[in-house]
Amino acid sequence: MNTPKELRYTKEHEWVRVEGEHVRIGITDYAQSELGDIVFVELPEVGAQLKANEPFGSVESVKTVSELYAPVSGTVVEVNEALNDHPEYVNESPYEKAWMIVVKPSDTREIDQLLTAEQYEAMVTEG
Amino acid sequence: MLKRTPLFPAYARYGAKTIEFGGWEMPVQFSSIKEEHEAVRTRAGLFDVSHMGEIAVRGRGSLAFLQKLMTNDVAKLRPGRAQYALMCNENGGTVDDLLIYQKGEDDYLLVVNAANTENDFAWLSEHAEGDVELEDVSAETAQLALQGPAAERVLQTLTDFDLTALRPFSFADGVEVAGMKALVSRTGYTGEDGFELYCRAEDAAALWEAILDAGARDGVLPCGLGARDTLRFEACLPLYGQELSTAISPIEAGLGFAVKTEKEPPFIGQAVLKRQKEEGPPRRLIGIEMIDRGIPRHGYVVFADGEEVGFVTTGTQSPTLKKNIGLALVKAEVAAIGREVEVDIRGKRLKANIVPIPFYRRAK
Repeated sequence: MNTPKELRYTKEHEWVRVEGEHVRIGITDYAQSELGDIVFVELPEVGAQLKANEPFGSVESVKTVSELYAPVSGTVVEVNEALNDHPEYVNESPYEKAWMIVVKPSDTREIDQLLTAEQYEAMVTEG
Repeated sequence: MLKRTPLFPAYARYGAKTIEFGGWEMPVQFSSIKEEHEAVRTRAGLFDVSHMGEIAVRGRGSLAFLQKLMTNDVAKLRPGRAQYALMCNENGGTVDDLLIYQKGEDDYLLVVNAANTENDFAWLSEHAEGDVELEDVSAETAQLALQGPAAERVLQTLTDFDLTALRPFSFADGVEVAGMKALVSRTGYTGEDGFELYCRAEDAAALWEAILDAGARDGVLPCGLGARDTLRFEACLPLYGQELSTAISPIEAGLGFAVKTEKEPPFIGQAVLKRQKEEGPPRRLIGIEMIDRGIPRHGYVVFADGEEVGFVTTGTQSPTLKKNIGLALVKAEVAAIGREVEVDIRGKRLKANIVPIPFYRRAK
């Protein structure tokens, strides 16, 4: 399981990378591996308002649909359009090519409440 | 506690991810559903389908008994031949779909859906009369399916029996494969050529390994239920619980070829199904292809001209066609090729076209 130390995580298997006053969001290596071949990614539009812990999109594997949950509240400022044509990036490169959205958080304190890499790994390992 | 097949201990060695299916802990995939799917379409794949139920029917009253329960004409069977059939209730709803193997005179084997085995056995027992003996032999029987264009070549390396002699829906019992006795049947659930092998539970692991070893050079992969589902879906082979149920008749599901409504005496449900065949069923199974971006899934509601007309029975992104397609059961009056419908995908009404089925048919 690949869990980069510098990222923060949610219980719902999203990762968060802090980039200045924005955060970049995707799903973890563990999540993509559990889901299997990703064939479809549905993301919000730029400008959409997100509320922490509420769905902002979905990923679909051959077999099933999974909701994506917003790690933080805020405004979507960028969306990875490449995933429309290349959903397989989620399997191939979950932390780089398959980033999903960039958000300007409305309350940066929410970031501090996210899991650390150690906490996320512990959660996944303990099931 | 979920049931496990005799092959369960071997799954981990092949990297299986398991899921619950019909009360069984089964592999959903070994490598990837897409890779396994492609292996079966272009080379071959090996499935553990030991969860399937097997019920032996013996005795002089067998044929008359089966004729009363089965929609197909069981009298057409001969020893060494298999037939697809359904069992229905009085309303024409489907109790199960199954394969009937005639092993000898007054000697049949029914292969039924895993989750329905107990219910089927009860249904059969309830209707048995005269000289009919029923035996649930599921526990001692394992089943492997080797499917794909390379299946014959691979399996032939393990047996002296001439596999070219087996036509589709034919089988031979007591065939020695890799030193083990198996019933070898030219049948399957993938839309490809292939074989289903029934063996003793204790031989299953050795047979599994022997086939994978023999098939290594041909790129044969161990395959899970995920690929089995996408393969059967593209070929539009029904899955009980989705395209079929006690609330769906075989005529609605487009399986009229296996429903012989002139049988005398009639089978259970024949009157209703005969009427559906003659007058047209109230609903029909159709194929849909999404126009808008989205994937139809089991249970999603289908609309036509703003009115609810049915629901999706199975849907996914087809690994072979790379299209977002589905099967849907809709009111017969909207079931026209080319007609536009809408699918409610998590709150959004997305456009789709009704398209011909099956989605995939192998080149002869």
